[in-house]
Amino acid sequence: MELPRYHRMRRALYHLEGSACAACGGRFFPPRSVCPSCRKGDLAPYRFSGRGTLYSYTRVGQAPRGFASLAPYDVGMVRLEEGPLVTAQLSDTEGVDLAIGMPVEMVTRTLRDAAEHGYIVYGYKFRPLLRP
Amino acid sequence: MKTTQEVGIVGYGAYVPRPRVPTRAIAAAWGRSDEARLPVREKSVPALDEDSITMSIEAARSAVARARVAPDRIRAVWVGSESKPYAVKPSSTVVAEAIGATPWVSAADLEFACKAGSEAMQAAYAFVGSGMAGYALAIGMDAAQSKPGDQLEFTAAAGGAAFLFGPSPEAVARVEGSLSYVTDTPDFFRRQHMHYPEHGHRFTGEPAYFAHSRGAAQGLLESLGRRPSDYRWAVFHQPNPKFMRRIAAEMEFTEQQIAPGAVVDRIGNTYSGASLLGLAAILDVAKDGDRIFFCSYGSGAGSDAFSLLATRRLEEVREEAPSVRDYLARRHEIADYGTYLRMSGKIRLL
Repeated sequence: MELPRYHRMRRALYHLEGSACAACGGRFFPPRSVCPSCRKGDLAPYRFSGRGTLYSYTRVGQAPRGFASLAPYDVGMVRLEEGPLVTAQLSDTEGVDLAIGMPVEMVTRTLRDAAEHGYIVYGYKFRPLLRP
Repeated sequence: MKTTQEVGIVGYGAYVPRPRVPTRAIAAAWGRSDEARLPVREKSVPALDEDSITMSIEAARSAVARARVAPDRIRAVWVGSESKPYAVKPSSTVVAEAIGATPWVSAADLEFACKAGSEAMQAAYAFVGSGMAGYALAIGMDAAQSKPGDQLEFTAAAGGAAFLFGPSPEAVARVEGSLSYVTDTPDFFRRQHMHYPEHGHRFTGEPAYFAHSRGAAQGLLESLGRRPSDYRWAVFHQPNPKFMRRIAAEMEFTEQQIAPGAVVDRIGNTYSGASLLGLAAILDVAKDGDRIFFCSYGSGAGSDAFSLLATRRLEEVREEAPSVRDYLARRHEIADYGTYLRMSGKIRLL
């Protein structure tokens, strides 16, 4: 079981919490312990707004193990308004013409099939804006 | 019932998933052809990646956004639902964590058929009114369950709403009083390990829905010395369009008073979410000084009635989050019954 792993990741999964470098102001997702830009170690948790634009996307038809119950589904790279590029599943896209540059917002959804032992993983996905 | 300290709803949020299944698709699958007798035209269905927890999270985030309250000041998160993803493990802890209310918070799930959400409202009202909490969040949310082929399948829908209770000066709607009316009435139930609820057909009407809605509603009006005409808006539990209108007419509330909250007409019965979603839709249109009458119903059975008074702040914060109308407007139709069965988790492999 991967319960401790998901528990450790819950702030990133639920809040899109990454990190911000006190030295150079860089913002990172997922969180880093050393700044990849200036190599300083003074990083603090930083919660991203969840707003961004679609950088690229594709449709997954043959889902990897653990995701079959959701297939087919869309995956996107999202450029957060604070800068980082995040790869995530897209949601509420059935019947929507996705386009590069489309504004999207973070939502919390189930991320994968319930595991054999039944644990449900919740986390961030992105959807087209509910109120464009 | 009144609290010693003045309390109000300081924020509210709704959620309705995007997929809709036309009830004629359900009727066709079961060989029923009389479309005129279908209770609603279509109903909301959770997407494959949604459940009562994810829907509660979005409604709760909207409630907190409208309240403009730091989430770590919320002292209780109570989720009322009869479609908990886990038999044992609280939904409320996931919601509390996702909105940023942990760790100094009370959290639990409530179950009372369709009254679980308004029971959470009673508890949150009392928790704030006693002075134990500055803010307390009550949610009613369901991905409603119904046996394939059963009459309930035509209405059992997904959605609900969240209400953040807090100090009266910050209220979007002040609570003037509340009342609960409960008896042991076995009109609807589901035992552990059963996938779908059982119901008592016609027994769910007069001795159950009507008797309890009438009891709570009349009791609250009498205790406050009010009449239905003193209210601008009213909402009752809405298992179908007919029951809600019959109790409203019997109580002498008009169609104009209940129309904005009649969400069942558009998406069906969201069980624990139904009356709360109706209240959220009324808060979307109410103006400063409007009185709102609220009455839930849950099988088993009981009703909670609330008297609310909208404030000027309601109109100031309304646009901070999506309205019920926004959620009703976004829809994606699932045309076939097979896809609907898959999405509602009704296909089980032997």
